[in-house]
Amino acid sequence: MWQRALGRAVAAIMLLIAVSFLVFSLLALAPGSLETTLLGARPATPELLAAIRGEYHLDEPFLVQYGYWLGGALQLDFGRSIVSGAPVSSIVASRLAISVQLAAMAFLLAAMIGIPAGLAAAAWKGRPGDRAITFSAVLAMSAPPFAVGSLLIFLFGVQFPILPVYGAGDDGIDRLRHLVLPAIALALGLGALVVRQTRAASLDVLSQDYMTFARARGLSRSRVALNYALRNVALPVVASLGLLLIVALPGAILVEVVFSLPGFGSMMVEAVSAKDIPVVQGLALVSAAYVIVVSVLVDLASAALDPRLRGRWAR
Amino acid sequence: MSRLAEARAGAPRRSLRRVPISIVVAAATALVFLFLAVFGTLVAPYDPDLQDLALGVAPPSAAHWLGTDQLGRDVFSRLIVATGPALAGPIVVAIATVLVGASLGLLAGYFGGRTDDIISRVADLIWSLPGLLVAIVVIGVLQGGLWLTVAVIAFISSPHAIRQTRSATLAQIGLPYVAAARTMGLSDVRIVVRHLLPNVRATVITTAMLDFVTAILVFAALAFLRIGVEPGAANWGTMLADGQTLITVNLAVIAAPAIAIVAVAASITVIGDWGHERATGEAGR
Repeated sequence: MWQRALGRAVAAIMLLIAVSFLVFSLLALAPGSLETTLLGARPATPELLAAIRGEYHLDEPFLVQYGYWLGGALQLDFGRSIVSGAPVSSIVASRLAISVQLAAMAFLLAAMIGIPAGLAAAAWKGRPGDRAITFSAVLAMSAPPFAVGSLLIFLFGVQFPILPVYGAGDDGIDRLRHLVLPAIALALGLGALVVRQTRAASLDVLSQDYMTFARARGLSRSRVALNYALRNVALPVVASLGLLLIVALPGAILVEVVFSLPGFGSMMVEAVSAKDIPVVQGLALVSAAYVIVVSVLVDLASAALDPRLRGRWAR
Repeated sequence: MSRLAEARAGAPRRSLRRVPISIVVAAATALVFLFLAVFGTLVAPYDPDLQDLALGVAPPSAAHWLGTDQLGRDVFSRLIVATGPALAGPIVVAIATVLVGASLGLLAGYFGGRTDDIISRVADLIWSLPGLLVAIVVIGVLQGGLWLTVAVIAFISSPHAIRQTRSATLAQIGLPYVAAARTMGLSDVRIVVRHLLPNVRATVITTAMLDFVTAILVFAALAFLRIGVEPGAANWGTMLADGQTLITVNLAVIAAPAIAIVAVAASITVIGDWGHERATGEAGR
């Protein structure tokens, strides 16, 4: 187990270094020369150009530039925004809270509705209840979060103005009220994934021999359902919940843009549109680190939950 | 008639009769959009770029079934004309994904060992990336157009095709016909192309359909964020973005493209799920 964890950690760090190189290369890949990219909308005075050449070590070879940048990134210094001049790390930090709150709310909604619905669909396989749930899941999965968000704004902002549809509000209850609609827009697609994963995992378990045998032994329905079915469904469902944390990331970008939430995702879109490459690099590196850490944790959590996987890895 | 011939003659008819009504509806929906994609410019009642600034944004009426947008352009015509571009990119993505994914998946499944290790590792790696995020960063920074978008989406979708084809191949590889083909001394290429490929065909096709759906949603999302699209062209994603401020007057500006995206994506998903379940016996995930 520990050996496995160590192996995964080393692989994750190597992957993160590879990703950081690609992220750094974005600067060189952007159209136009490095100076013009880093200059942005500022006037091209010789002094400013010299300052930029110095700050980004543009006179050094590419790999040395990368070394400087990585060294800074390891100390959470991703340079400064071309647009506002503020340090990238403080921009990222100021935007993180809202995205985390949004994702947490959407995650809870998706899990609380998705898991029971998926279990019900599997239990009713082929009957109208299953069809209704499965079809709703397909619809929810096919609806882009930004379209759902726009329609929610129309419903609850224009027709029945009962919830705020713009911005993040103040901390506390007001923030919660502002996040209800964005969270629903985000949770719809996530919940659909949970429904499909849970249904597929349950159907898989229900078709196993040990289920038939448990029923044949005359065990009570509740005992078969709880001790045999649910315990075995839990593992793939927990794993899929972990992956939701990754899937939520791109969805959150769209939802934040629709509802004008000043979060991590809308920052990414603003930075890309403004060609603010240092901010894009910082955000991309933080996202990559997040995705890699979550997938390692999901992997290890599955191992901790399932004695069979533990055995397989020990060998 | 011999039993074999009887079975052959009876098989297609029986399988046709067992097509559920939901699949028929989904296929009909998909065909309508396919028709609009090909003949959209002929069917559209108005020139999609014709402006009527005096009219401006207006709710649905007899003259404009879905009303008009802020420049007085006919929403119905723009919706129809945008169908072609909305489907063309994703179709190219699906074909590219399947060509790359199916061949790598077949290779990984058939040869196993180190080939499998390398292909599966790299596929897992790309699979773990949040696709839309990668697309936003790469396409946004490089300021790429349609082809870069196609390439990036195909790249991030290919692991799905690789994994599905690989597991379908692994399910076939132990069957007697593969061993028989090997015993007869057929070359690897011939076994893979002539014997394995036809037997994993159903998986490959359903995978392509689901990749197509993913691509539609990513294309729409990028257009909504105005990344990698040309301004002004009729596009479902940009219609949704531009319509945000018009919903109080004409809801159809955003409802119509939203419904179009959902209808195409859902109908193809329903067909793909059905094909997947028939091919593998497993529920769609």
